[in-house]
Amino acid sequence: MHDQETMVSIAKAKEEWERTTLHDTLAKWPERYEQFITTSGAPVERLYTPLDIADLDYERDLGFPGQYPFTRGIHPTMYRGRLWTMRMFAGFGSAEETNARYKYLLAHGETGLSVAFDFPTLYGYDTDHPLAEGEFGKCGVAVSSLADMEILFDGIPVDEITTSMTINGPAAVIWAMYIAAAEKRGIPMAKLGGTIQNDILKEYIAQKSWLFPPEPSMRLIVDTFEFGSKYLPKWNTISISGYHIREAGATAAQELAFTLADGMTYVQAAIDRGLDVDSFAPRLSFFFNAHNDFFEEIAKFRAARRIWAHVMKERFKAKDPRSWWLRFHTQTAGCSLTAQQPENNIVRTTIQALAAVLGGTQSLHTNSMDEALALPSELAVRIALRTQQIIAHESGVANSVDPLAGSYLVESWTNRLEKEAYEYFDKIEALGGVIPAIEKGFFQREIAASAYRYQREIEERKRIVVGVNEYQMDVPLTIPLLKLDPEGERRQRERLARVRRERDNRLLQQRLAALRRAAKGTENLMPYILDAVRAYGTLGEICDVLREVFGEYREPVII
Amino acid sequence: MDISRMDDLVAQALAGDRRAIARLISTVEQGGAEARQVLSRIYPHTGRAHIVGITGAPGTGKSTLVAELAKAYRKQNLSVGIVAVDPTSPFSGGAILGDRIRMRDLATDPNIFIRSMATRGSLGGLARATADAAHVLDAAGYAVILVETVGAGQSEVDIARMAHTTLVIQMPASGDEIQAIKAGILEIADIIVVNKADLPGADQAVAALEAMLDLNSGHTEWHHGRLFQIEGVLAGGDQVKHSWRPPVLKTCALRGEGIEELVQAIAAHLQYQRESGLHQQREHDRAAEQLQRILRYTLLEQLLERIPKHALQETVEHIVAREQDPYSAAEALIAQARLLS
Amino acid sequence: MVRERKIRVLIAKPGLDGHDRGAKVVARALRDAGMEVIYTGLRQTPEMIAQAALQEDVDVVGLSILSGAHMTLVPRVMDLLKQMGLEHVAVFVGGIIPDEDVPALRCLGVKGIYGPGTALSDIVQAIRQEVEGRE
Repeated sequence: MHDQETMVSIAKAKEEWERTTLHDTLAKWPERYEQFITTSGAPVERLYTPLDIADLDYERDLGFPGQYPFTRGIHPTMYRGRLWTMRMFAGFGSAEETNARYKYLLAHGETGLSVAFDFPTLYGYDTDHPLAEGEFGKCGVAVSSLADMEILFDGIPVDEITTSMTINGPAAVIWAMYIAAAEKRGIPMAKLGGTIQNDILKEYIAQKSWLFPPEPSMRLIVDTFEFGSKYLPKWNTISISGYHIREAGATAAQELAFTLADGMTYVQAAIDRGLDVDSFAPRLSFFFNAHNDFFEEIAKFRAARRIWAHVMKERFKAKDPRSWWLRFHTQTAGCSLTAQQPENNIVRTTIQALAAVLGGTQSLHTNSMDEALALPSELAVRIALRTQQIIAHESGVANSVDPLAGSYLVESWTNRLEKEAYEYFDKIEALGGVIPAIEKGFFQREIAASAYRYQREIEERKRIVVGVNEYQMDVPLTIPLLKLDPEGERRQRERLARVRRERDNRLLQQRLAALRRAAKGTENLMPYILDAVRAYGTLGEICDVLREVFGEYREPVII
Repeated sequence: MDISRMDDLVAQALAGDRRAIARLISTVEQGGAEARQVLSRIYPHTGRAHIVGITGAPGTGKSTLVAELAKAYRKQNLSVGIVAVDPTSPFSGGAILGDRIRMRDLATDPNIFIRSMATRGSLGGLARATADAAHVLDAAGYAVILVETVGAGQSEVDIARMAHTTLVIQMPASGDEIQAIKAGILEIADIIVVNKADLPGADQAVAALEAMLDLNSGHTEWHHGRLFQIEGVLAGGDQVKHSWRPPVLKTCALRGEGIEELVQAIAAHLQYQRESGLHQQREHDRAAEQLQRILRYTLLEQLLERIPKHALQETVEHIVAREQDPYSAAEALIAQARLLS
Repeated sequence: MVRERKIRVLIAKPGLDGHDRGAKVVARALRDAGMEVIYTGLRQTPEMIAQAALQEDVDVVGLSILSGAHMTLVPRVMDLLKQMGLEHVAVFVGGIIPDEDVPALRCLGVKGIYGPGTALSDIVQAIRQEVEGRE
């Protein structure tokens, strides 16, 4: 940053400061902790100075926004041109209830949709499957067939608004339902924009909603890359996710490293299929967590952009600058919310959202204060959305690009996280890559150890969580919680029965048979899945065909 | 537990009641007088099951293999008992027992009984506890009992003492390096399994193991009698000369591959033992070994009851201070205890 | 050679939700408190859980449910335990359990209900009290 002479002078001055001013103060007033640590357990220095970023080369390491290596952002004007997409993750009960919630959110200024599916849907089961008992609509909306998807987006302009869908194992099937539902309204697939999460590696690593073993899962994902690049140029065919890795207990460095390692694995798989890297890489998107530690999170986002640009350009030889971009969605940390004094969660979420914005996110979900207790109520979700709007329009932080660049602390931590990520890449490489490392339980073990360490720090009061281990209150809960419509499940089951009765079952059987044949071969499965969906094959029926051919994944034993 | 309650539990367990079986396993695992009473009651009903020991280093896929074997036996309509052992944490004395994760498919089969067990400190105690748990399952009528242990040196040998057939599980090593095979491990193996055979290096691993077996057979008889040989008169009659050469099999338990062949090999080993007389000999050795162990333990227990605790402590102090040697000290304590009786 | 009597706890995740962070953290804490924890993994049906409790002769069953399906799953587990004669097994539930469901779960015989932010030491202590109080 500075010339040699200046650095020597600063170093001298710092020593002098430590010896005199600092020393006298510490003698009188010792610090609160012997060692300060971040949320991730990384040590925090008392003071950061130019000495901590002595090797930083502005043009090489930071550059200008919209230019390689994109540390300062992927767009030259960032939020001065267009604000991030305010995209609230929502879904519960039946398609009717969730459709009403989407309309409510859009009416209040939301700019993109994000679908939460219930557990049976995430696992590729229909609502009436025995394993689905008690799970209907609990953590998201149930979508068992095209009929549900039609209702879910009824009256919503899917050709104008983008939709993100958190679906992984059965992503191809749900995506096909979205495409088919639009098609029935006369909207061609080329006009559809949005995202399917479609990230199975982090399911094996952290969230555990898997269907098939790694090999066929990777094939399905590459099928969607290929199909999307041909027919849905505006669709992000994957959202490579660190969010769930972090929620499972990972540190910021682990979230960063494991997510980017997953990303590289997808890129390699698609290249191995014979796809040109620039044909699909611009449609890869990412999804990160924004946790409590403000500066560490901002540093993480900046490091992520720099690493990805470097990897795509140097390792995978992508030529299109769009392939170098790391575009990402952010969600504030669900695991940081407390059931105690839930109103405090509004403040936590605000700080986390601010970190995401200062980190240059492309879209953002802010959690509602009641999410440690139940699904968000209308009031809670509205406050969460308003939080983003206040940051965007009142705080002023969106008015200049990457305003924290040059902070000694932020730049030093950006470097540190980058370095830690590369160290993890080496470890993963040594284990044979991401999939062998999953099978050996490497990620799962790393994450479980971090989660336990974090919890112990709280128990031992090395970490204060307001309202949990300090400033507790014993007061009954006063915020109103969401109640599901008890009729929802009945409605859904009836609709499912009607679909099975009224569709052309002979046609469907032919299409399922065609899918089975294709699954046994090597063809792209998307057209077959789309055909089965159009004939009102249910999610469970289609996934059963694939389960039959591909088998089911079994988790390694890591506790 | 009072006697009539114990009699009830034993009767229920013999009739196959799973709750009673579970309770009795806890009781025998605990050891002590109650355990001995239970074991003496069930002893007449044991000796029917085929006990198969499965051992190998962590990560070789033992639990998955056990699950697949159990499924194969269920297809033959045989009931299966499983004892799965995981290590106790040396720091806390607690344990996390995770073998059931791999045995998910077996969880609700009424003809399968799975019991997880922690090593709880002493490995010697572990061998007794697993053997006793297997006896309870045997008495309760389980046809095949699979005992899976942590691959930790002595426990492997201990398993071999108890089991009719011992499987040693290996996996292909990464690169050229063949997994280091502990001395003695081949001697306890009746069947060697190279699991995860879909990984690269499986054939090399098989070849290396075969070569080691060839090397061993040059100067060692394939007899297990040696392991059971104990000093003095308790050692059984003539050693049976035999020529079972452990087969080396490849499996991929995760995909269920090679399991049928393994089940056949286990059956062949049982048949071989019966025909060669080895089965008889092993039973004899086991009984002798068990009797000696019980004698040793009971005598020790009786002796310790008669020696006051402080006398023991004082003697220890004397030994530490080199005022007395441990050999004469022991003799003196025994003599003292005899006088007291 | 009498082996020390250990508290045996079954930690299970019924239903479909895969969020096992809490279950694993609790399992480790109980291990570190000297207990033997039987961890059964994900996607357990109430039948699997009850069978495991039976075969493992556990003192305590801990159910971790974050999906909101507790009012369906917990009664099923309690019912099966009763049918198997395991009334003595103490059941604890952890996860996202709204206050209004607590009385109903207590009524079913659930001994402890733990939401986010529970101290691990509280869970350890509750289990010890429950098991030792019974002996």
